[in-house]
Amino acid sequence: MRHVRGCDTRVSSLAIELPHTVDPVVGGVNAVPWDDVSVSPPAAPRPVRPVHLTWGYLGLVAAGGSVGTALRALLTIAIPPLGHVPVATVGINLLGAFLLGALLESLVRRGPDVGRRRAMRLLLGTGVLGGFTTYSALATDTVLLLARDTLGVALLYALGTVVVGAVATWAGIALAADLHRRRDARVGNGADA
Amino acid sequence: MNALTFVAVALAGGVGAATRLLVDGVVRARVPASFPVGILLVNVSGSLVLGLLTGLAVGGLVAPEWQLILGGGLMGGYTTFSTASYETVRFIQDRRYRAALANGLGMLIASALAAVLGLGLGLQF
Repeated sequence: MRHVRGCDTRVSSLAIELPHTVDPVVGGVNAVPWDDVSVSPPAAPRPVRPVHLTWGYLGLVAAGGSVGTALRALLTIAIPPLGHVPVATVGINLLGAFLLGALLESLVRRGPDVGRRRAMRLLLGTGVLGGFTTYSALATDTVLLLARDTLGVALLYALGTVVVGAVATWAGIALAADLHRRRDARVGNGADA
Repeated sequence: MNALTFVAVALAGGVGAATRLLVDGVVRARVPASFPVGILLVNVSGSLVLGLLTGLAVGGLVAPEWQLILGGGLMGGYTTFSTASYETVRFIQDRRYRAALANGLGMLIASALAAVLGLGLGLQF
């Protein structure tokens, strides 16, 4: 499911060699575009500024993060807790996990993480969905539930979010992969259509 | 929440998200690991700060608006669930089950312990 086909073999080979050193969401040290990684390095490699030290990328993430945080605030106000359980946070984290899975799978199947695709990943993935979902509230509310409610409720909230969140992420990835395969089949260049 | 507070929460979330990109990038540049330690550090430190703010708010040392702006906004935007979940699923797909467990359950336990520590500290004042 993970590996893209056809012209994207460079991405696949890199993903095999460095499965987690190149973060699909935040970019990180590997600021060299994936295109440049597989080809032999030029005699005098052009220095490329890392994503996290580029003002434009930081601005994209900040703009997206503001939108995501505003949406989370609105939903948190609109949906009151059920007993002590913050059901709004549960829904936000599950929805955000599903959407990030779909977004990243869709982007990786469209091509290497450069140009407009990288901008979309930073704006929508790292920014909007990163700001929309939250881990600090998950951790703190778990502790507050342990103090105010029963152990069972606290564990159900915390483990439920993490486990169902993983299923939601997987479902997002699977949906995007399926849509991509259908599109390829329609266009007529689907290798496995 | 009034309109001004709402705008401040959103802007703080943007600052938090950009800080996440920066912290994760710096950690990644220094610690070449096949495990996303950057996001782990972000989520654990953000949980510690939110716990601290919550504890301080109980004692009335942090006003409710600032609790919203710094807690819900800044720390909410700084920490993230979706990326952590994506990494966990990637580990499962790569059959790195121990890494998946560490990233899923380990991060949860570490963040909850950090929140307990923050709360405990905040309640001292």
